[in-house]
Amino acid sequence: MSTQDDKAKEVSADGVAGPIILFFILGLAASLVFGWVIFPKLLYSQKKQPIDFNHVLHDEAVEEGCESCHFFREDGSFSGIPKLAQCVECHEEAQGEDPNEVKFVEEYVANGREVPWLVYARQPDCVFFSHAAHVKKAEMDCGTCHGHIGESEHSRVYEENRITGYSRDIWGKNISGLKKHTWERMKMDDCAECHTTKEIKTDVETLPWPINWLPRPYEKQTGNQARVKTVKEACFVCHK
Amino acid sequence: MKEEGKHKKAKKYGMVINLDECTGCGACMVACMAENNVPFKEDESSKLDSIAWMRVYKLTNGKSYPEADICYLPRPCMHCEGDHGHSPCVSVCPATATDYNHETGIVSQIYTRCFGCRYCMAACPYHARYFNWWDPVWPEGSTKYLSPNVSPRMRGVVEKCSFCFHRYQLAMDKAYLEGRTELEEDEYQTSCTQACPAGAITFGDLNNPEHKVHQLAKPDNKHGGRPGNPNVFRLLERLGTNPKVYYMSSREWVRQAGDNYLDNEDFAKNYRH
Repeated sequence: MSTQDDKAKEVSADGVAGPIILFFILGLAASLVFGWVIFPKLLYSQKKQPIDFNHVLHDEAVEEGCESCHFFREDGSFSGIPKLAQCVECHEEAQGEDPNEVKFVEEYVANGREVPWLVYARQPDCVFFSHAAHVKKAEMDCGTCHGHIGESEHSRVYEENRITGYSRDIWGKNISGLKKHTWERMKMDDCAECHTTKEIKTDVETLPWPINWLPRPYEKQTGNQARVKTVKEACFVCHK
Repeated sequence: MKEEGKHKKAKKYGMVINLDECTGCGACMVACMAENNVPFKEDESSKLDSIAWMRVYKLTNGKSYPEADICYLPRPCMHCEGDHGHSPCVSVCPATATDYNHETGIVSQIYTRCFGCRYCMAACPYHARYFNWWDPVWPEGSTKYLSPNVSPRMRGVVEKCSFCFHRYQLAMDKAYLEGRTELEEDEYQTSCTQACPAGAITFGDLNNPEHKVHQLAKPDNKHGGRPGNPNVFRLLERLGTNPKVYYMSSREWVRQAGDNYLDNEDFAKNYRH
Protein backbone atom coordinates (compact mmCIF):
# COMPACT_ATOMS: atom_id res chain seq x y z
CA MET A 1 0.00 0.00 0.00
CA SER A 2 2.61 2.41 1.03
CA THR A 3 4.61 2.01 -2.18
CA GLN A 4 1.52 2.71 -4.26
CA ASP A 5 0.92 5.94 -2.35
CA ASP A 6 4.47 7.09 -2.92
CA LYS A 7 4.17 6.48 -6.65
CA ALA A 8 0.96 8.43 -6.81
CA LYS A 9 2.66 11.39 -5.09
CA GLU A 10 5.61 11.34 -7.43
CA VAL A 11 3.35 11.41 -10.44
CA SER A 12 1.37 14.37 -9.17
CA ALA A 13 4.61 16.27 -8.24
CA ASP A 14 5.92 15.79 -11.80
CA GLY A 15 2.69 17.17 -13.17
CA VAL A 16 2.98 20.39 -11.09
CA ALA A 17 6.68 21.05 -11.64
CA GLY A 18 6.23 21.89 -15.33
CA PRO A 19 3.78 24.77 -14.87
CA ILE A 20 5.78 26.09 -11.86
CA ILE A 21 8.94 26.34 -13.93
CA LEU A 22 7.01 27.88 -16.77
CA PHE A 23 5.48 30.50 -14.49
CA PHE A 24 8.90 31.20 -13.00
CA ILE A 25 10.43 31.75 -16.43
CA LEU A 26 7.52 33.92 -17.52
CA GLY A 27 7.72 35.93 -14.31
CA LEU A 28 11.46 36.38 -14.68
CA ALA A 29 11.10 37.48 -18.28
CA ALA A 30 8.35 39.91 -17.33
CA SER A 31 10.49 41.37 -14.53
CA LEU A 32 13.46 41.74 -16.82
CA VAL A 33 11.41 43.48 -19.47
CA PHE A 34 9.92 45.76 -16.84
CA GLY A 35 13.28 46.55 -15.25
CA TRP A 36 15.28 47.08 -18.42
CA VAL A 37 12.73 48.54 -20.81
CA ILE A 38 9.62 49.87 -19.11
CA PHE A 39 11.09 51.24 -15.88
CA PRO A 40 13.68 53.52 -17.54
CA LYS A 41 10.90 54.94 -19.73
CA LEU A 42 8.79 55.65 -16.65
CA LEU A 43 11.74 57.00 -14.66
CA TYR A 44 12.92 59.59 -17.13
CA SER A 45 10.82 62.39 -18.51
CA GLN A 46 11.65 63.63 -22.00
CA LYS A 47 12.09 67.35 -22.42
CA LYS A 48 13.01 69.36 -25.46
CA GLN A 49 15.37 72.31 -25.32
CA PRO A 50 13.58 75.64 -25.83
CA ILE A 51 15.68 76.22 -28.96
CA ASP A 52 17.20 73.53 -31.15
CA PHE A 53 20.85 74.56 -31.16
CA ASN A 54 23.25 73.72 -33.98
CA HIS A 55 26.82 73.51 -32.67
CA VAL A 56 28.37 72.78 -36.05
CA LEU A 57 26.88 75.86 -37.64
CA HIS A 58 28.04 78.10 -34.82
CA ASP A 59 31.48 76.59 -34.68
CA GLU A 60 31.98 77.51 -38.33
CA ALA A 61 30.90 81.09 -37.73
CA VAL A 62 32.87 81.97 -34.60
CA GLU A 63 36.54 82.73 -34.49
CA GLU A 64 37.82 81.25 -31.23
CA GLY A 65 36.15 77.87 -31.32
CA CYS A 66 34.34 76.62 -28.23
CA GLU A 67 35.84 79.35 -26.07
CA SER A 68 33.96 82.01 -28.04
CA CYS A 69 30.84 81.16 -26.04
CA HIS A 70 32.02 78.81 -23.31
CA PHE A 71 34.68 80.96 -21.69
CA PHE A 72 36.28 81.67 -18.35
CA ARG A 73 35.34 84.86 -16.59
CA GLU A 74 38.05 87.04 -15.13
CA ASP A 75 37.30 85.83 -11.60
CA GLY A 76 38.12 82.26 -12.57
CA SER A 77 34.56 81.01 -12.83
CA PHE A 78 33.34 79.28 -15.97
CA SER A 79 30.49 80.65 -18.04
CA GLY A 80 29.00 77.26 -18.90
CA ILE A 81 26.01 77.78 -21.17
CA PRO A 82 26.26 81.43 -22.25
CA LYS A 83 23.74 84.03 -21.21
CA LEU A 84 21.61 86.04 -23.59
CA ALA A 85 24.15 88.87 -23.54
CA GLN A 86 26.68 86.70 -25.43
CA CYS A 87 24.14 85.59 -28.02
CA VAL A 88 22.93 89.14 -28.62
CA GLU A 89 26.41 90.16 -29.73
CA CYS A 90 25.61 88.44 -33.05
CA HIS A 91 21.88 87.79 -32.90
CA GLU A 92 20.37 91.18 -32.21
CA GLU A 93 18.39 90.54 -35.33
CA ALA A 94 17.81 87.27 -37.10
CA GLN A 95 20.66 86.55 -39.50
CA GLY A 96 18.92 83.85 -41.48
CA GLU A 97 15.56 82.23 -41.97
CA ASP A 98 15.98 79.25 -39.70
CA PRO A 99 12.77 78.95 -37.65
CA ASN A 100 14.81 78.29 -34.52
CA GLU A 101 16.72 81.51 -34.89
CA VAL A 102 13.57 83.47 -35.65
CA LYS A 103 11.94 82.01 -32.57
CA PHE A 104 15.02 82.83 -30.49
CA VAL A 105 15.10 86.44 -31.63
CA GLU A 106 11.36 87.02 -31.33
CA GLU A 107 10.77 85.30 -28.02
CA TYR A 108 13.98 85.92 -26.14
CA VAL A 109 16.11 88.66 -27.65
CA ALA A 110 13.21 91.03 -28.33
CA ASN A 111 11.85 90.56 -24.81
CA GLY A 112 15.24 90.48 -23.07
CA ARG A 113 14.41 87.06 -21.62
CA GLU A 114 17.07 84.49 -20.78
CA VAL A 115 16.66 81.17 -22.57
CA PRO A 116 15.77 78.47 -20.01
CA TRP A 117 18.31 75.98 -21.34
CA LEU A 118 18.23 72.54 -19.79
CA VAL A 119 21.71 71.72 -18.53
CA TYR A 120 22.64 68.13 -19.38
CA ALA A 121 25.67 68.10 -17.11
CA ARG A 122 24.20 69.81 -14.04
CA GLN A 123 25.56 68.18 -10.93
CA PRO A 124 23.74 67.87 -7.60
CA ASP A 125 23.86 70.76 -5.16
CA CYS A 126 26.58 69.26 -3.00
CA VAL A 127 29.16 69.06 -5.78
CA PHE A 128 31.86 71.63 -6.37
CA PHE A 129 33.52 71.30 -9.74
CA SER A 130 36.35 73.58 -10.80
CA HIS A 131 36.57 74.02 -14.56
CA ALA A 132 39.69 76.14 -14.05
CA ALA A 133 41.54 73.34 -12.25
CA HIS A 134 40.74 70.77 -14.93
CA VAL A 135 40.88 72.82 -18.12
CA LYS A 136 43.50 75.41 -17.27
CA LYS A 137 45.72 73.70 -14.74
CA ALA A 138 45.46 70.06 -15.78
CA GLU A 139 44.90 71.01 -19.46
CA MET A 140 42.16 68.46 -19.97
CA ASP A 141 39.92 68.37 -23.04
CA CYS A 142 36.31 69.45 -22.66
CA GLY A 143 35.37 66.28 -24.54
CA THR A 144 36.76 64.00 -21.84
CA CYS A 145 33.70 64.73 -19.72
CA HIS A 146 31.27 66.33 -22.17
CA GLY A 147 31.83 64.19 -25.24
CA HIS A 148 31.70 65.46 -28.82
CA ILE A 149 28.91 67.90 -28.16
CA GLY A 150 30.54 70.42 -30.46
CA GLU A 151 29.81 68.16 -33.42
CA SER A 152 26.05 68.02 -32.83
CA GLU A 153 23.64 69.62 -35.28
CA HIS A 154 20.59 69.30 -33.06
CA SER A 155 19.99 69.55 -29.35
CA ARG A 156 19.24 66.10 -28.06
CA VAL A 157 16.33 65.34 -25.78
CA TYR A 158 16.94 66.22 -22.15
CA GLU A 159 15.91 63.37 -19.89
CA GLU A 160 15.18 64.18 -16.28
CA ASN A 161 15.01 61.61 -13.53
CA ARG A 162 11.51 62.06 -12.11
CA ILE A 163 12.57 61.02 -8.63
CA THR A 164 15.85 62.91 -8.16
CA GLY A 165 15.37 65.68 -10.71
CA TYR A 166 18.88 65.07 -12.09
CA SER A 167 19.76 64.84 -15.74
CA ARG A 168 20.13 61.37 -17.20
CA ASP A 169 23.67 62.26 -18.22
CA ILE A 170 24.70 61.81 -14.60
CA TRP A 171 23.66 58.17 -14.40
CA GLY A 172 24.41 57.57 -18.06
CA LYS A 173 22.29 56.49 -20.98
CA ASN A 174 22.83 52.82 -20.23
CA ILE A 175 20.44 51.84 -17.48
CA SER A 176 22.83 49.21 -16.17
CA GLY A 177 25.32 51.99 -15.52
CA LEU A 178 27.96 50.66 -17.89
CA LYS A 179 29.89 52.88 -20.23
CA LYS A 180 32.33 52.69 -23.08
CA HIS A 181 33.63 56.25 -23.12
CA THR A 182 34.67 58.62 -20.35
CA TRP A 183 31.88 61.09 -21.17
CA GLU A 184 29.01 58.65 -21.01
CA ARG A 185 28.49 58.96 -17.27
CA MET A 186 29.07 61.74 -14.72
CA LYS A 187 28.78 60.03 -11.36
CA MET A 188 31.26 60.34 -8.53
CA ASP A 189 32.77 57.05 -9.62
CA ASP A 190 33.61 58.65 -12.95
CA CYS A 191 35.51 61.46 -11.22
CA ALA A 192 37.16 58.81 -9.12
CA GLU A 193 38.29 56.97 -12.21
CA CYS A 194 41.05 59.54 -12.60
CA HIS A 195 41.28 60.58 -9.01
CA THR A 196 42.02 57.15 -7.60
CA THR A 197 43.99 55.40 -10.26
CA LYS A 198 45.25 57.41 -13.15
CA GLU A 199 48.95 57.94 -13.47
CA ILE A 200 50.04 61.17 -15.06
CA LYS A 201 53.56 61.93 -16.06
CA THR A 202 54.35 65.29 -14.69
CA ASP A 203 56.33 66.99 -11.99
CA VAL A 204 54.72 66.51 -8.60
CA GLU A 205 55.29 70.02 -7.37
CA THR A 206 53.70 71.77 -10.32
CA LEU A 207 50.43 69.95 -9.80
CA PRO A 208 47.60 71.71 -8.04
CA TRP A 209 46.45 70.81 -4.62
CA PRO A 210 45.33 68.24 -3.56
CA ILE A 211 47.16 66.16 -6.11
CA ASN A 212 50.62 67.46 -5.34
CA TRP A 213 50.18 66.60 -1.73
CA LEU A 214 50.40 62.87 -1.31
CA PRO A 215 50.45 61.97 2.34
CA ARG A 216 53.00 59.35 3.18
CA PRO A 217 50.81 56.82 5.00
CA TYR A 218 48.44 56.39 2.07
CA GLU A 219 50.52 56.90 -0.98
CA LYS A 220 54.19 56.47 -1.68
CA GLN A 221 55.71 58.91 -4.08
CA THR A 222 57.96 57.45 -6.72
CA GLY A 223 60.40 59.92 -8.17
CA ASN A 224 58.71 62.72 -10.01
CA GLN A 225 55.72 60.65 -11.05
CA ALA A 226 52.45 61.55 -9.44
CA ARG A 227 49.04 60.00 -9.45
CA VAL A 228 45.99 62.18 -9.73
CA LYS A 229 44.95 60.50 -6.58
CA THR A 230 42.68 62.39 -4.28
CA VAL A 231 43.31 61.33 -0.74
CA LYS A 232 40.81 60.55 1.97
CA GLU A 233 41.05 63.94 3.59
CA ALA A 234 40.28 65.73 0.33
CA CYS A 235 36.51 65.08 0.24
CA PHE A 236 36.02 68.79 0.79
CA VAL A 237 37.67 69.55 -2.54
CA CYS A 238 34.63 68.40 -4.49
CA HIS A 239 31.89 68.27 -1.87
CA LYS A 240 30.52 71.55 -0.71
CA MET B 1 56.19 80.75 -13.06
CA LYS B 2 58.15 81.81 -10.06
CA GLU B 3 56.60 79.42 -7.60
CA GLU B 4 56.58 76.44 -9.94
CA GLY B 5 59.30 73.91 -9.49
CA LYS B 6 59.87 74.62 -5.83
CA HIS B 7 58.09 72.70 -3.14
CA LYS B 8 54.85 74.20 -1.98
CA LYS B 9 54.71 74.53 1.74
CA ALA B 10 51.56 73.34 3.44
CA LYS B 11 49.33 76.12 4.60
CA LYS B 12 47.70 76.49 7.93
CA TYR B 13 44.84 78.91 7.71
CA GLY B 14 43.94 80.48 11.01
CA MET B 15 42.49 83.46 12.73
CA VAL B 16 43.53 85.96 15.36
CA ILE B 17 40.63 87.73 17.08
CA ASN B 18 41.44 90.87 19.02
CA LEU B 19 39.05 90.76 21.97
CA ASP B 20 39.99 94.29 23.04
CA GLU B 21 38.52 95.55 19.77
CA CYS B 22 35.44 93.33 19.55
CA THR B 23 32.35 95.31 20.46
CA GLY B 24 30.01 92.32 20.42
CA CYS B 25 27.91 93.79 17.63
CA GLY B 26 27.29 90.38 16.05
CA ALA B 27 28.01 91.48 12.47
CA CYS B 28 30.26 88.43 12.10
CA MET B 29 27.38 86.13 13.03
CA VAL B 30 25.03 87.74 10.53
CA ALA B 31 27.63 87.76 7.75
CA CYS B 32 28.40 84.12 8.42
CA MET B 33 24.78 83.03 8.32
CA ALA B 34 24.17 84.89 5.08
CA GLU B 35 27.35 83.60 3.45
CA ASN B 36 26.89 79.97 4.40
CA ASN B 37 23.12 79.52 4.00
CA VAL B 38 22.71 78.82 7.70
CA PRO B 39 19.02 78.19 8.35
CA PHE B 40 17.22 80.31 10.90
CA LYS B 41 14.46 79.18 13.16
CA GLU B 42 11.17 80.62 14.29
CA ASP B 43 12.62 80.94 17.77
CA GLU B 44 16.29 81.74 17.38
CA SER B 45 16.66 81.99 21.17
CA SER B 46 16.11 78.24 21.52
CA LYS B 47 19.61 76.92 22.00
CA LEU B 48 18.47 73.38 21.24
CA ASP B 49 17.38 74.39 17.79
CA SER B 50 19.29 77.43 16.59
CA ILE B 51 22.44 77.15 14.52
CA ALA B 52 25.29 79.68 14.49
CA TRP B 53 28.62 78.73 12.96
CA MET B 54 29.99 81.88 14.52
CA ARG B 55 28.64 82.67 17.96
CA VAL B 56 29.52 85.67 20.13
CA TYR B 57 29.79 84.91 23.83
CA LYS B 58 29.80 87.45 26.62
CA LEU B 59 32.37 87.11 29.37
CA THR B 60 32.36 89.01 32.66
CA ASN B 61 35.07 89.23 35.26
CA GLY B 62 32.50 88.68 38.00
CA LYS B 63 33.54 91.75 39.94
CA SER B 64 31.32 94.62 41.04
CA TYR B 65 31.69 98.28 40.23
CA PRO B 66 34.17 99.87 39.74
CA GLU B 67 36.19 96.79 38.71
CA ALA B 68 33.37 95.24 36.65
CA ASP B 69 34.48 94.45 33.13
CA ILE B 70 33.02 92.58 30.19
CA CYS B 71 34.43 91.06 27.05
CA TYR B 72 32.80 89.63 23.92
CA LEU B 73 34.25 86.50 22.44
CA PRO B 74 33.36 85.42 18.89
CA ARG B 75 33.66 81.65 18.51
CA PRO B 76 33.95 80.06 15.05
CA CYS B 77 35.14 76.47 14.55
CA MET B 78 38.67 76.31 15.95
CA HIS B 79 39.87 74.00 13.15
CA CYS B 80 41.94 72.15 15.73
CA GLU B 81 45.13 70.62 14.49
CA GLY B 82 45.25 68.37 17.53
CA ASP B 83 48.15 65.95 17.38
CA HIS B 84 49.15 65.70 13.71
CA GLY B 85 45.63 66.32 12.51
CA HIS B 86 43.84 64.29 15.16
CA SER B 87 41.25 66.91 15.99
CA PRO B 88 38.72 65.73 18.57
CA CYS B 89 35.87 65.59 16.04
CA VAL B 90 37.94 63.97 13.29
CA SER B 91 39.14 61.21 15.59
CA VAL B 92 35.64 60.12 16.51
CA CYS B 93 33.75 60.44 13.22
CA PRO B 94 32.76 56.91 12.16
CA ALA B 95 31.81 58.04 8.64
CA THR B 96 34.88 60.10 7.71
CA ALA B 97 32.42 62.93 7.22
CA THR B 98 34.86 65.34 8.80
CA ASP B 99 38.58 65.36 8.22
CA TYR B 100 41.65 67.46 8.83
CA ASN B 101 43.31 68.68 5.68
CA HIS B 102 47.07 68.94 5.98
CA GLU B 103 47.35 71.21 2.96
CA THR B 104 45.16 74.02 4.27
CA GLY B 105 44.67 73.07 7.90
CA ILE B 106 40.93 73.27 7.45
CA VAL B 107 38.63 70.75 9.12
CA SER B 108 36.02 69.74 6.56
CA GLN B 109 32.42 68.76 7.02
CA ILE B 110 30.92 66.61 4.27
CA TYR B 111 27.16 66.82 4.70
CA THR B 112 26.45 63.99 2.30
CA ARG B 113 28.64 61.62 4.28
CA CYS B 114 27.35 62.63 7.70
CA PHE B 115 24.62 60.38 9.06
CA GLY B 116 23.94 62.38 12.17
CA CYS B 117 25.35 60.30 15.02
CA ARG B 118 26.52 63.54 16.68
CA TYR B 119 29.59 61.89 18.13
CA CYS B 120 31.63 64.87 16.87
CA MET B 121 29.39 67.25 18.76
CA ALA B 122 30.09 65.38 21.95
CA ALA B 123 33.80 65.39 21.20
CA CYS B 124 34.08 69.09 20.33
CA PRO B 125 35.10 71.01 23.45
CA TYR B 126 34.10 74.32 21.86
CA HIS B 127 30.45 73.60 21.03
CA ALA B 128 31.24 74.66 17.49
CA ARG B 129 29.11 71.96 15.90
CA TYR B 130 25.38 72.08 15.36
CA PHE B 131 22.82 69.47 14.48
CA ASN B 132 19.97 69.99 12.06
CA TRP B 133 16.96 68.70 13.93
CA TRP B 134 14.71 69.90 11.11
CA ASP B 135 14.94 70.57 7.44
CA PRO B 136 15.56 74.26 6.86
CA VAL B 137 12.44 76.28 6.16
CA TRP B 138 13.18 79.24 3.94
CA PRO B 139 10.55 81.98 3.81
CA GLU B 140 8.96 82.28 0.39
CA GLY B 141 11.26 83.91 -2.13
CA SER B 142 14.30 83.83 0.11
CA THR B 143 15.79 80.79 -1.60
CA LYS B 144 16.75 83.17 -4.39
CA TYR B 145 19.13 84.84 -1.96
CA LEU B 146 20.94 81.65 -0.97
CA SER B 147 24.58 81.35 -1.93
CA PRO B 148 25.07 78.87 -4.77
CA ASN B 149 28.57 78.15 -3.49
CA VAL B 150 27.44 76.48 -0.29
CA SER B 151 24.95 73.62 -0.30
CA PRO B 152 22.09 73.89 2.18
CA ARG B 153 22.00 71.15 4.75
CA MET B 154 19.18 68.72 5.33
CA ARG B 155 17.64 67.36 8.48
CA GLY B 156 19.83 64.89 10.34
CA VAL B 157 23.32 66.17 9.61
CA VAL B 158 25.89 68.15 11.57
CA GLU B 159 27.29 71.43 10.32
CA LYS B 160 29.95 73.87 11.40
CA CYS B 161 32.17 76.73 10.29
CA SER B 162 34.35 75.88 7.29
CA PHE B 163 36.52 79.04 7.30
CA CYS B 164 34.48 79.87 4.17
CA PHE B 165 36.29 77.11 2.29
CA HIS B 166 34.31 77.87 -0.87
CA ARG B 167 36.02 81.25 -0.97
CA TYR B 168 39.36 79.47 -0.99
CA GLN B 169 38.22 77.35 -3.91
CA LEU B 170 36.95 80.31 -5.88
CA ALA B 171 40.18 82.17 -5.21
CA MET B 172 42.13 79.14 -6.42
CA ASP B 173 40.06 79.09 -9.61
CA LYS B 174 41.15 82.63 -10.33
CA ALA B 175 44.74 81.72 -9.53
CA TYR B 176 44.68 78.75 -11.94
CA LEU B 177 43.29 80.97 -14.66
CA GLU B 178 46.16 83.38 -14.14
CA GLY B 179 48.68 80.53 -14.06
CA ARG B 180 49.37 80.73 -10.34
CA THR B 181 49.17 78.08 -7.64
CA GLU B 182 49.59 80.42 -4.67
CA LEU B 183 47.12 82.89 -3.22
CA GLU B 184 47.71 86.40 -2.01
CA GLU B 185 46.74 87.14 1.57
CA ASP B 186 43.74 89.27 0.62
CA GLU B 187 42.44 86.85 -2.02
CA TYR B 188 41.10 84.47 0.58
CA GLN B 189 39.39 86.03 3.58
CA THR B 190 36.45 84.69 5.52
CA SER B 191 33.09 86.42 5.52
CA CYS B 192 33.25 87.27 9.25
CA THR B 193 36.69 88.82 8.86
CA GLN B 194 35.45 91.16 6.17
CA ALA B 195 32.23 91.97 8.02
CA CYS B 196 33.79 92.97 11.34
CA PRO B 197 33.39 96.76 11.55
CA ALA B 198 36.03 96.99 14.27
CA GLY B 199 38.58 95.00 12.27
CA ALA B 200 38.99 92.68 15.25
CA ILE B 201 39.38 89.54 13.15
CA THR B 202 42.53 88.80 11.18
CA PHE B 203 42.66 85.81 8.86
CA GLY B 204 45.49 84.26 6.92
CA ASP B 205 48.13 81.56 6.68
CA LEU B 206 49.77 80.95 10.06
CA ASN B 207 52.74 79.32 8.34
CA ASN B 208 53.48 82.37 6.23
CA PRO B 209 55.66 84.92 8.08
CA GLU B 210 54.40 87.63 5.73
CA HIS B 211 50.80 87.15 6.78
CA LYS B 212 49.44 89.29 9.56
CA VAL B 213 48.09 86.34 11.54
CA HIS B 214 51.58 84.90 11.80
CA GLN B 215 53.00 88.19 12.96
CA LEU B 216 50.28 88.63 15.60
CA ALA B 217 50.16 85.10 17.00
CA LYS B 218 53.82 84.10 16.46
CA PRO B 219 52.84 80.42 16.44
CA ASP B 220 55.40 77.89 17.59
CA ASN B 221 54.89 74.98 15.20
CA LYS B 222 57.20 72.72 17.18
CA HIS B 223 54.72 72.90 20.03
CA GLY B 224 51.43 72.58 18.19
CA GLY B 225 51.29 76.22 17.18
CA ARG B 226 51.46 77.58 20.73
CA PRO B 227 51.28 81.38 20.57
CA GLY B 228 54.54 83.23 21.07
CA ASN B 229 52.88 86.57 21.71
CA PRO B 230 52.23 86.88 25.49
CA ASN B 231 48.92 88.64 24.87
CA VAL B 232 47.66 85.86 22.62
CA PHE B 233 45.96 82.73 23.92
CA ARG B 234 43.85 79.86 22.66
CA LEU B 235 40.72 78.38 24.19
CA LEU B 236 41.31 75.36 26.45
CA GLU B 237 44.98 75.39 25.53
CA ARG B 238 45.82 72.62 27.95
CA LEU B 239 43.52 70.09 26.26
CA GLY B 240 46.06 69.79 23.49
CA THR B 241 43.53 70.38 20.72
CA ASN B 242 45.83 73.01 19.21
CA PRO B 243 43.18 75.29 17.72
CA LYS B 244 44.01 77.59 14.84
CA VAL B 245 41.85 80.38 16.18
CA TYR B 246 43.88 82.64 18.45
CA TYR B 247 42.52 85.31 20.76
CA MET B 248 44.35 88.45 21.73
CA SER B 249 43.73 90.61 24.77
CA SER B 250 45.80 92.93 26.92
CA ARG B 251 43.58 92.08 29.92
CA GLU B 252 44.81 89.24 32.08
CA TRP B 253 41.37 88.13 33.28
CA VAL B 254 40.30 87.65 29.69
CA ARG B 255 43.32 85.55 28.89
CA GLN B 256 42.71 83.57 32.06
CA ALA B 257 39.09 82.96 31.01
CA GLY B 258 40.37 80.98 28.03
CA ASP B 259 41.07 77.90 30.13
CA ASN B 260 40.13 76.32 33.46
CA TYR B 261 42.43 76.79 36.42
CA LEU B 262 42.31 75.51 39.95
CA ASP B 263 41.73 78.06 42.70
CA ASN B 264 45.24 77.66 44.08
CA GLU B 265 46.90 77.54 40.65
CA ASP B 266 49.34 80.22 39.62
CA PHE B 267 47.92 81.48 36.29
CA ALA B 268 51.02 83.39 35.26
CA LYS B 269 53.12 80.27 35.67
CA ASN B 270 50.76 77.82 34.05
CA TYR B 271 49.04 79.44 31.16
CA ARG B 272 51.91 79.03 28.74
CA HIS B 273 51.52 75.25 28.84
